Amino acid sequence: MKSESPITASNSHEGTPLLDLRGMVKSYPGCLANDQVDLTLMPGQIHALLGENGAGKSTLVKMIYGVLRADQGDIEWQGAPVTINNPSVARGLGIAMVFQHFSLFESLTVSENIALGLGDSSGVNTDSLDEDIVTISARYGLPLDPERYVYTLSVGERQRIEIVRCLLQNPKLLIMDEPTSVLTPQEVDTLFKTLRQLSSEGVAILYISHKLDEIKALCHHATILRGGRVVGIANPATESASSLASMMIGQDVTPHRLPESAGFGPVSLACQSLTLPAADSFSVKLDDINLSVRAGEILGIAGVAGNGQDELINALSGEILLSSADMVQFKGQPVGRLMPGSRRQIGLCVVPEERLGHAAVPGMSLAENAFLTGAQRLSLSRVGFIRHRASRQFASRVIDAFQVQCRGSAAAADSLSGGNLQKFVVGREIMQKPEVLVVAQPTWGVDAGAAAAIHDALLGLAADGAAVIIVSQDLDELLGVCHSIMAICAGKTSDVFPAKHITMEEIGLLMGGAALDGLQATDGVVNGQESARKFGPEAPL
Amino acid sequence: MSETVILTLLTIITAATPLVFAAIGELITEKSGVLNLGVEGMMLVGAVSSFIVVSVTGVDVLGVLAGVLAGMLLSLVFSVLCLTLQASQVATGLALTLFGIGLSALAGQSMIGVAYEGLPKLSIPILSELPVVGQLLFSHDILVYVSFALVAAVAWFLYRTRAGLVLRAVGDSHDAAHALGYNVVAIRYLATVFGGACSGLAGAYLSMSYSPMWVENMTAGRGWIALALVVFASWRPWRLLFGAYLFGSISILQLHGQAIGLDVPSQLMSMLPYIATILVLVLISRDRGKIRRNAPACIGKAFHPTT
Repeated sequence: MKSESPITASNSHEGTPLLDLRGMVKSYPGCLANDQVDLTLMPGQIHALLGENGAGKSTLVKMIYGVLRADQGDIEWQGAPVTINNPSVARGLGIAMVFQHFSLFESLTVSENIALGLGDSSGVNTDSLDEDIVTISARYGLPLDPERYVYTLSVGERQRIEIVRCLLQNPKLLIMDEPTSVLTPQEVDTLFKTLRQLSSEGVAILYISHKLDEIKALCHHATILRGGRVVGIANPATESASSLASMMIGQDVTPHRLPESAGFGPVSLACQSLTLPAADSFSVKLDDINLSVRAGEILGIAGVAGNGQDELINALSGEILLSSADMVQFKGQPVGRLMPGSRRQIGLCVVPEERLGHAAVPGMSLAENAFLTGAQRLSLSRVGFIRHRASRQFASRVIDAFQVQCRGSAAAADSLSGGNLQKFVVGREIMQKPEVLVVAQPTWGVDAGAAAAIHDALLGLAADGAAVIIVSQDLDELLGVCHSIMAICAGKTSDVFPAKHITMEEIGLLMGGAALDGLQATDGVVNGQESARKFGPEAPL
Repeated sequence: MSETVILTLLTIITAATPLVFAAIGELITEKSGVLNLGVEGMMLVGAVSSFIVVSVTGVDVLGVLAGVLAGMLLSLVFSVLCLTLQASQVATGLALTLFGIGLSALAGQSMIGVAYEGLPKLSIPILSELPVVGQLLFSHDILVYVSFALVAAVAWFLYRTRAGLVLRAVGDSHDAAHALGYNVVAIRYLATVFGGACSGLAGAYLSMSYSPMWVENMTAGRGWIALALVVFASWRPWRLLFGAYLFGSISILQLHGQAIGLDVPSQLMSMLPYIATILVLVLISRDRGKIRRNAPACIGKAFHPTT
């Protein structure tokens, strides 16, 4: 860990800084999001902004881009003081930003979306803009069709729109807020190539992430934030991932230890030729999915968003009933046509991906939300009446066990921060001691400390004999906690591989729909040879 | 015989015109992501205001302007409540309709029975002399021509200008529009007030041209038909024009049904616009692509800007 002052570090570069921030302060009621943050960026530099959720990274870049207004602080751009109170001012200076949650308009075309992000001078439906889009996207290897409507595009393609929109402004500074959270490893490689090309052309890049290996691979310089303050300046290439992580978290992190995979019990949950037609042109059809998970086993399902994960989870939870009950079997018993409540009753619990609005009712209290899924297994109702005290107690137990920061069991679900609500909805199911737990993106948007707590709880649940399925795009997470791993692509699942013997690149290939030749799939559990062959090169990406 | 047909067609035009005005304004409002259910109320207040002004001053232009202004004022109240103070749009819109019904009845008490000869017909020279076509297309009051021009202008604005693109963007995702630096609340104010102006104009047409007099509650549900019409047209201006004439024809057929030997209960006919709208809703809901392309995704949602 280096603890040089920011000034010494930035002086190692020559010339006038492109951007120089001094003493940036931004506070919200009850929270100091940025506290005297300094940052210096040189032209052509790829600068990482590293920190946990809530460290103040997004707040800082939103002030640079003019979306948020700083309470205090000075911004110098190319040596001259500036006030950036609107994104159009930032764009005028040459600052472009790719947002974490895309700022795209789904009902508009690619070219209309790009026109909206450019200055007021640009027209609409102009052929010249379409030409520029095609030229830029070819130059940086980001293929895009200007006429397509955004709602028809995949997440990766959507991000390309954002990047091309930025590049069309000939930016001097490109800000990227967690750009890789939704991409496959292969897409990440392409993105990095583009970013390195830009950097060599003199564009400075401010890159926000909490993925340490990416930052080590890409960035020249890193500023580490914790609790709204700069806690370190580092050269990521010479730091180890664990030293960066300990700066970020403020304490040493111990990597996860995968428990021994011996001694699984009988099969708890199995899908047999699970097939589900697409509900409409926006959903994915599930095509002959076979999988099984044994008591004590954690199975990870990797996949890029929108490849059938939602449909699979809904089929397992009972939100979508299947044409045949045999397609989902719980301890040998066909449950494919049971309603969600009945499945929960027998011990099949599910945590959906969208925590606010799907896993929890936003305007209801935590106690009421606890009742909604806990009613059956914990007998929280009696002859049709809610047992309020028992519900409150259950909610409080979850809050205590998972250290959910909130104002107690009466707090509304939407008053919690994302990470805390995630701890609550995952904890709520775990505390019901299910025999099978299916959980989607268990640590999405959760900081490292809370993620570790959730992972520990999942491992503990499996150690107690439950079968767990984790659906996630976060490969680090899957490799860290799962015994076996499979991928889903275009509604088809791959073979199952033992997590010990598969690499991140190989999972990436599986997520793209390719088959792995050299690797031995777990025996007898899943798709036989025939479906493995079927899942060959013709599978769509 | 042909004389009856021409007369019927002429009444269809006069029945469709107020629907065009009210619906095209609401279309712009909804495209910006605001649902104003107060169309009926704004029409009524527009109708009574223009009738009072024209019968006091005797100047037609002032009457029309008074209707437009009254609609704008009412929609401004709605905007302050819903866009600045973040009140529920549905509840406020309904309240606006009820308020408009009451206010117009109160203001118009002394106007019942007052006579006014109506807006003059603006016959276009030469063209209006043509047999049949001349009478049908080229000898109306100015507002009928304005209604066609307005639809063309709105279609051009929405799909050919940058401002129209921004308006559609704000209605599609107010958070994204805000992140790009567009002033969501200001744009929605403008769109809502434009909607109010058009509703007021629709009211002015009713009391100054359609039936030049003031009768309590004279809109008789046309505001609701206009609301249904926007959905029926799936938020497309030219489809809206078509829909307005279709709904206008239905309402005229319902009036003249008996005369031309159509033996259908009039209640059934007055249900038709709504049934048609529900059918269209069901049909377009089957194709999510169509909904995604045309329906403003943020409609009715409150926008809380972060600073």
